[in-house]
Amino acid sequence: MSVSVTAPSPVRVEAGKQARPWARFAVRRLGRLLVSLWVLVTASFAMIHLIPGDPVRGALGPTAPVALVEARRQALGLDDPILTQYLHYLRGLVTGDLGTSISSQLPVSDVIAQRLPATLQLAVLAFLAAVVVAIPLGVLMGVLTRRGHGRRTELAFTTTSIVVATVPDFLIGVALIYVFGIRLELLPVAGNETAAAYVLPVFSLAIGAAAILARIVRVEMVGVLEADFVRTARAKRLPARTVYLGHALPNAVTAALTLGGLLLSSMVAGTVLVENVFAWPGLGSTIVQSILTKDYPVVQAIVLVYGVGVLITNLVVDVALALLDPRSTIREV
Amino acid sequence: MQGRWSRVVRTPVGLTATVLVVAVVALACLGPVLWGAGADAVDTDDILAGPSAEHWAGTDNLGRDILLRTLVAARLSIVLALLAIAIAVVAGLLLGSAPFVLGRHAGRVVTAAVNIAVAFPGLLLALFFAVVFGAGATGAVLAIGLAGAPAFARLTQTLVAGVAARDYVAAAGMAGVGRIRILFRHVLPNIAEPLVVNTTIGAGNALLAFAGLSFLGLGVQSPSFDWGRLLYDGIGAIYVNAAAALTPGAAVLLAGLAFNLFGESVAKGLGVPVGVGPRARASAPPAPATAPEPAVRDEDVPEPSSDVVLDVRDLEVTFPGPAGPVRLVRGVSFEVRRGEAVGIVGESGSGKSMTALAITRLVADHGRVDASRLDLLGTDLLAPDTAVRRRMLGTSLAMVFQDPMTSFNPTRRIGAQLAEVATHHQGLTRREAMARAVDRLTAVRIPDADRRAGQYPHEFSGGMRQRAMIGMGLMGAPALIVADEPTTALDVTVQQQVLDLLGAIREADDVALVLISHDVTVVGEVCDRVLVMYAGRVVEDLPAADLATAARHPYSRALVDAVPDMSTDLTKPLATIPGRPVSPADAPPGCAYADRCPLADARCRTEDPPLVADSRRHRVACWHAGEPLPADLSADDLVETVESL
Repeated sequence: MSVSVTAPSPVRVEAGKQARPWARFAVRRLGRLLVSLWVLVTASFAMIHLIPGDPVRGALGPTAPVALVEARRQALGLDDPILTQYLHYLRGLVTGDLGTSISSQLPVSDVIAQRLPATLQLAVLAFLAAVVVAIPLGVLMGVLTRRGHGRRTELAFTTTSIVVATVPDFLIGVALIYVFGIRLELLPVAGNETAAAYVLPVFSLAIGAAAILARIVRVEMVGVLEADFVRTARAKRLPARTVYLGHALPNAVTAALTLGGLLLSSMVAGTVLVENVFAWPGLGSTIVQSILTKDYPVVQAIVLVYGVGVLITNLVVDVALALLDPRSTIREV
Repeated sequence: MQGRWSRVVRTPVGLTATVLVVAVVALACLGPVLWGAGADAVDTDDILAGPSAEHWAGTDNLGRDILLRTLVAARLSIVLALLAIAIAVVAGLLLGSAPFVLGRHAGRVVTAAVNIAVAFPGLLLALFFAVVFGAGATGAVLAIGLAGAPAFARLTQTLVAGVAARDYVAAAGMAGVGRIRILFRHVLPNIAEPLVVNTTIGAGNALLAFAGLSFLGLGVQSPSFDWGRLLYDGIGAIYVNAAAALTPGAAVLLAGLAFNLFGESVAKGLGVPVGVGPRARASAPPAPATAPEPAVRDEDVPEPSSDVVLDVRDLEVTFPGPAGPVRLVRGVSFEVRRGEAVGIVGESGSGKSMTALAITRLVADHGRVDASRLDLLGTDLLAPDTAVRRRMLGTSLAMVFQDPMTSFNPTRRIGAQLAEVATHHQGLTRREAMARAVDRLTAVRIPDADRRAGQYPHEFSGGMRQRAMIGMGLMGAPALIVADEPTTALDVTVQQQVLDLLGAIREADDVALVLISHDVTVVGEVCDRVLVMYAGRVVEDLPAADLATAARHPYSRALVDAVPDMSTDLTKPLATIPGRPVSPADAPPGCAYADRCPLADARCRTEDPPLVADSRRHRVACWHAGEPLPADLSADDLVETVESL
């Protein structure tokens, strides 16, 4: 008994252990975010310098007068020492000055502000649609094809979902335009003026992601249904619904979320193609136009915006994961 | 190798994919040769025409045949995709094996860079490189190739790390073989298969990605054309001639799918090793498909009296196996009275855990449970599941599992997992249920239960978790606790606490206990009665007090003898039971133990002995029960057997 007098209270020790993982998680995650952000900013700065030859000459064409090229180089600051340019670029980012569009002479930040909402709407709606379809479908398929059940169902589902997931979203878009826009004349195929105009772009973007996510959820669900704690839940004689949705699902989704996060960030980029199919007035149509017209300040800024979007998505997924499954924060430390 | 590859072709999906890949490659080779001239034939009198007998997919804005152009475009599309994937694979291999070659510190920088790059979607990287290299076929090949590199680098890294950990690679390293040499001699050959599979899938993806870039106008530029370029031209005319967009679209899709599905099929075909693992059993002699009448139909079990909690007669558990159904439990009968502790002992595979799952109705639902009687407190457990029965089982039957680490849901707090029983079965509110949970945690001697209830399972120690699991069973008022190896996963010091706790609960509320264990000592200490199981059958049923001295079945006696005690001569090898337990899949017609039994004779091998009572509280299934073991077949022979194993 004398031990308990000298030894620190076991309760306090464990409480300390409990608080630290979260702090460590936050520090570690924040560090990774900052490094990625720095790489991203540097890459978008370096982009214009990596272009072989003189980017301004390339943009203006071989026939442009030398004076004009020189003036444009001056305006872009391309004649300054590279370090000065880099610091200037960083200062601009901090103050929200992203430069001026070569083709429209508008501030790039205005272009972004004008185009970003449409892209965000498209990406978020498509992600929600994919989740709303994929999770119930994946859970249902998981239950139907759990160990010793539904081998045919599994084969059919797996093959179908591979095929659907492989079809690129822009091809789905083209097919949808043909069927719903041209043959049936049911839905608008361009722009975003009406609610009906959202249907086809959102569908094109969501369906592949939904197929992948449903597959992941099914695999996780089948695995989780074999877990000991599901047997415990059954031993408690809970109704099947509670066993599947209350005990199995949170664990299946936790694992699915890790992979689903990658899906969400690829969806951010997927908007580029879909926007071009449906003439969606977002960043995706703008960046392609800007690449073709060599409007580099706009391209740089949009690449940066997409990159930041991806980083934020990954951060949100990691935090959600940590909240859902408290072990994951500790496991990784 | 031959056999494994032919498996790929034998599945319907694999066959289709293989045929498609061959067709696409043939088209790429022959297309421009056969139709090159036709594809470029301009006919200004017939521009932007719809499908006709002459032009099946119509014509473009110069009157060129779309179908022929699509067929001819196969070559450029495929060649560009293959170039891109080659760049991705080579760059990926270099980056991915760099940590192995460069050593830990320099490698870490490469790994970190790859990790950052992998987080960005391929398309975004491709756009980045498309800007740098400019719009055009060369730029697009470089863009898609480099954009695919991080994913390949990550894959290579993982694979290399897996192989590098193997003994022979470590041995080569210690023998002074250079890292590069090890990489080429030992590592790369071992990861070639997954790399080839992923390259195939990657080729399909590169093809689709290339179509995407060309479709955006960033890839192939006129007058060259690939499928993406045709699609780009066609989509502008989609209202005039839909086939102009749909034909190249279909071609891209078909080719992309072909490579992808081919890769997936190969992965699946190669991923399942043949002749290894549990499925290899297929060659074992089939289990009797039509199960003979349970060999033991003993009428010696006394009629149940009113204080019987659990009554089990002729319990059979059958699982589908590769060669027909396998009976894991074969005609087990016993009963458990109020407050009684019954132990079930046996080696792994003896069917003891399956018996526990069967009497608690937790057998995985592709297994079959049959019995002529399976009653808990007079309720038929084989009857269909109803809400009423669930409530009755949920409150009067408790289960404790072997591994407390995995038996709690990791995503929910301990208190909530206990309280759930009360909200579902006892109609308590959340708050009342939580109060009861805390009370029960206190009852199983968990200190500071109020705070502990709010913690997650991973914050509990193993012993505490097992006590909490018992507490979960005490949420209701259990008449029977079934504990399946409850102490196996715990430290020796904690084991005793858990056993004491189970004992105390029994005393206090007259709760019956079925304790499954491979540990004869534990069972002898805790239980009133012991069932010895072998190959799915009960071979002996006797008072626990008699186990050490009066066991009559040769198997029970061997089990007891295998336990070392204070008098064991430690200079001799510990006693073991010679031979290996019979797999339930190939239980012999006679006594399953005959092959390992020193007393076995011809009758034992042909006739399965029934379980008969030879005194009021003792049942045994053996033709030679209680006969003296041959004295000369003692330790010396056992040693020989063990050494020959």
